[in-house]
Amino acid sequence: MISLLWLIPVLPLTGFLLLAFFGGRLSRWQIASVGCGSVGTAAVTTAIVAADFFRTFPDQESYHQTLWNWIDTSGMTVGISWYLDALSLLMVAVITGVGFLIHVYSAEYMAHDDGYARFFAYMNLFVSAMLTLVLADNLLLLYLGWEGVGLCSYLLIGFWYREPEYGTAAQKAFIVTRIGDTAFAIGLFILFTQFASLSIQQVQSRAVEAWPVGSNLAMIVAVLFLIGAVGKSAQLPLQVWLPDAMAGPTPVSALIHAATMVTAGVYLIARMHHLFALAPMVQEVIAVLGLVTLLLAASSAVVQTDIKRVLAYSTMSQIGYMFLALGVGAWSAALFHFLTHSCFKALLFLAAGSVIHSLHHEQDIFKMGGLRRHLPWTFWTFLIGAAAMSGVPLITSGFYSKDWILWSVWSSPISHRWIWFGALFGAMLTGLYSFRLIFRVFFGEVRTQPAGEPGLAMRGPLVVLAFLALTVGFLEMPHTLGNVTVFSDYLSHALPTTELLPGIDESSEAREQLAVTVAALLGIGLAALLFLPGSLFTSRWADQSTDHPSMTLLQGGWGFDRLYDRLFVRPWFTLTRYPHDMLDRGYEWLAVCGKSCHGWMSYTQTGHVRWYAATIAVGTLMLLGLFAM
Amino acid sequence: MLSTPALVLAIMLFALGLIGLLSRRNILYMLLSLEIMLNAAALAFIAGGARWGQVDGEIMFLFILTLAAAEVSVALGIVLQLSHRFRTLDADAFCELRG
Repeated sequence: MISLLWLIPVLPLTGFLLLAFFGGRLSRWQIASVGCGSVGTAAVTTAIVAADFFRTFPDQESYHQTLWNWIDTSGMTVGISWYLDALSLLMVAVITGVGFLIHVYSAEYMAHDDGYARFFAYMNLFVSAMLTLVLADNLLLLYLGWEGVGLCSYLLIGFWYREPEYGTAAQKAFIVTRIGDTAFAIGLFILFTQFASLSIQQVQSRAVEAWPVGSNLAMIVAVLFLIGAVGKSAQLPLQVWLPDAMAGPTPVSALIHAATMVTAGVYLIARMHHLFALAPMVQEVIAVLGLVTLLLAASSAVVQTDIKRVLAYSTMSQIGYMFLALGVGAWSAALFHFLTHSCFKALLFLAAGSVIHSLHHEQDIFKMGGLRRHLPWTFWTFLIGAAAMSGVPLITSGFYSKDWILWSVWSSPISHRWIWFGALFGAMLTGLYSFRLIFRVFFGEVRTQPAGEPGLAMRGPLVVLAFLALTVGFLEMPHTLGNVTVFSDYLSHALPTTELLPGIDESSEAREQLAVTVAALLGIGLAALLFLPGSLFTSRWADQSTDHPSMTLLQGGWGFDRLYDRLFVRPWFTLTRYPHDMLDRGYEWLAVCGKSCHGWMSYTQTGHVRWYAATIAVGTLMLLGLFAM
Repeated sequence: MLSTPALVLAIMLFALGLIGLLSRRNILYMLLSLEIMLNAAALAFIAGGARWGQVDGEIMFLFILTLAAAEVSVALGIVLQLSHRFRTLDADAFCELRG
């Protein structure tokens, strides 16, 4: 049954083709059932494949399936071939599982939209491309999926194309990620010229043999791959597109810009971990980038006024944690945080969507309030999501994954103490901004009257995701609390295990965990002090609408947009608008040249037959003369 | 060499034809010159065929003969039309396609 693997990416693709060609003729109910059904059957197929995979799992670590040769020339064979191992199976399970829930949710959320079929067609295409990305056996097929998800991200951010600024946001996302994609492509070319192969496994085993640790080529390729990952995962310095990407419909933000696509960079680095192990310097860069991004994004999230932008910055921040974990060599911890994050962040986005839906597309949190009694389902699920994100100890999944990352940062030989303190401060900020949302939106007086709870199709996914956000964490529990290692045992067949410093014992682990817990609770407590209506400081601090420069800086994401605007966008536009620029001069000269040449040549067209005959004779003579020489 | 005089004759005929074509203004005489040039080329083929003892030269001659016949019939038709339109046979008068 494992040979059904090829069906998993093909099913959503079929859904896309059906909706793209016949979407106009289907009823809304049919469109929704095709859209959700294709992803749902893909999820069921995943379950069947996984069951078969686990029957022989520890003995047989990977399964390989080649459908046909895509490109076959001398010296280059690229197949449409899939590679299933512990890592890709985890990704596939999350993409199809969470993806299915989000599709079901969208069926109701988008119900009154004109582009219903178009929406589900794009979503299905996205799921198919994302599955291609994670299942690809070679780098070229991976790149195909990589570009495919970028395309779908562009299409879905600009889904409401009648608003010009949404189109601009879509283009921004496309262009900024394209910078990373270009670097990734160059890295891919270098690998191919060095090893004459594009298979991920082959390339890495050859690289390990041919390149010593820290060699120049390994560093260059690792940096190029890192730039690609940074662009896709919205990390510094290519993070500017993600907050604007919130222009898309909320289920899109949940699926693409929280749960799956933005974690493609994490997947890429984990997939190429042999290569990154050859470049320890680059690994340190990854850790520092992750730390800086998580702090910048978390501090920006604290002052945003748009509910979706808060969540966008929190996504950047949480992916920063994953990059930090990758950087210190805690591969499994990064993937565990990916798993829990995709559950609780999808939950948060969907719950936020439910809030926005019931408030008639109001997104400003200063116009919300007191929704706790009106939207109890949304409130409780949102609360669970926020608790998981801020890492409320023992009961939420976010606690276990974030604690694992921070513990790895603490005890890893690659890391420094100040990185750990930075990440701890980030955990405090996470609690602050998550619960700022809760207190702003669900407590206090009602500012906008809600329309009532959403229907079953939206509530169902919320409840399932809330359940997952609470329980997924129990797959891996630290030594001090139960010592469950299901997840790390499972991934140890695909990724190297984390190295720890010698001389680390349980008491220091317990102390470290206590610090993490205190940080998270401190953040939540601070949020309650500052933003809970009726508390002491509320009146003075809650009014965040000041024009203080530091506030504007934070709200604009530390001024990166303005910096890039000054550095790249405006100079470029000035150059193109300048009327007498050098490039145009060249082309104008070409036009003048062609015109005058044409004038001279037209003198030879006398209309006299004898003249033509004479030129033919002379030309023939000249040619003969040439041959004679 | 047996073929050398024949080639010399062919060259002379070709040169005569070319000079006639370029210097004459009467279009009928230009056609005559063209025929001379064609025959000069045909003679060169015959001479070549004789030199190498191959039948190809004669075959080419037959082709050129056919070509010349066809060309003359078309050209005379055009000449008739031109003389109807312009009431003259002066080739320099027909320069409507001047650039």
